[in-house]
Amino acid sequence: MPKIAAMIPETDQPLANPATARWQDFFQLLKPRVMSLVVFTGLTGLLAAREPMHPVLAAVAVLCIALGAGASGALNMWFDADIDGLMRRTRGRPVPSGKVRGDDAAALGVVLSLLSVMLLGMAVNWLAAGLLAFTIVFYAVVYTMWLKRWTTQNIVIGGLAGALPPAIGWAAATGSAPLNAWLMVAIIFLWTPPHFWALSLYITTDYAKAGVPMLPVIKGAKHTRLQILIYSLILVPVCLTPVLTGLGGPLYLAVAGLGGAVFLLLAFRVFLSKAGDAADPRAADRDLYEVTEDAKAAGAKAARNLFAFSILYLFAMFAALLGEAVLGVKALELLR
Amino acid sequence: MNKLVEDDAAAKARKGRNIALGLGLVAFVLLVFVVTVVRLGANVANRPF
Repeated sequence: MPKIAAMIPETDQPLANPATARWQDFFQLLKPRVMSLVVFTGLTGLLAAREPMHPVLAAVAVLCIALGAGASGALNMWFDADIDGLMRRTRGRPVPSGKVRGDDAAALGVVLSLLSVMLLGMAVNWLAAGLLAFTIVFYAVVYTMWLKRWTTQNIVIGGLAGALPPAIGWAAATGSAPLNAWLMVAIIFLWTPPHFWALSLYITTDYAKAGVPMLPVIKGAKHTRLQILIYSLILVPVCLTPVLTGLGGPLYLAVAGLGGAVFLLLAFRVFLSKAGDAADPRAADRDLYEVTEDAKAAGAKAARNLFAFSILYLFAMFAALLGEAVLGVKALELLR
Repeated sequence: MNKLVEDDAAAKARKGRNIALGLGLVAFVLLVFVVTVVRLGANVANRPF
């Protein structure tokens, strides 16, 4: 999309000195925080399958999922160094800050990708390895190299990469990926847009500066708030389906139901708020476009609340599934 | 940086990288060994004589 490409300015990246790169800088390339979330959802998928698995092989499967996620992170940081250097949130990353050379980041990503997929395939099974390979390629190539800079739907479609770890975990445990595994994928997939758009509502200016076509940058804050509400209205019922299919038990039902009600309330508040209006780059050109300071503050708060609660909601649902699997709580099958 | 003389920061960073890489390699070797024992062990027990 030439318009977007033209929006991306040249960066003045400091020259990297590979001689002083520390091992911690390389570790940062793996996005450890994202990695821990992926490990958590992957482990939940593995245990929720409720299939006996050798503990060593289960640990290897989780390690491979973590390494695969880390590899995706390194490839993403290599390719996105130009735009990462333009945003406050990302300019301290190892490549744009000049701590690690881009080539070294790419090499680490490729090596870890091959290592994690081959090890998972040989130690566990090739369905899990194939899903991991698909996840890495989808995140590093389809999302990072293509969707992120091209479409406002970048995080919707790209969210699939972040959603797949439970299916990889399930496949590692059972050698198959049935409906319940994909329900967990669907939950994360539908959770991603309201989660990221809530964040983007209050850091829109940064994305605009880097030329990343996030929804609020291109379509405006009002449209984004509506999309957040629509996705939330789809997400919450989907989060309840595991109790129909024999995946979630009573604890899960309580967490998904009560949390879902709060999620919808917060999404509705964002919809009614002025969140993102202050940061809308087109707002400055409008004489009649007046937002009071109070409304700006309230809007940002509504978006921040939804963003923070979305993390808690997803974590609580997966923790409930994990807890029920570990404790052997019988799952509900309300459809039968 | 002079090509022939390595400064302290670079030497310290290189040492850290080498240790991390070494530990990573040892961990990988151990992992392959343990996985082999686990997988082979099950197959040996079930082999048809």
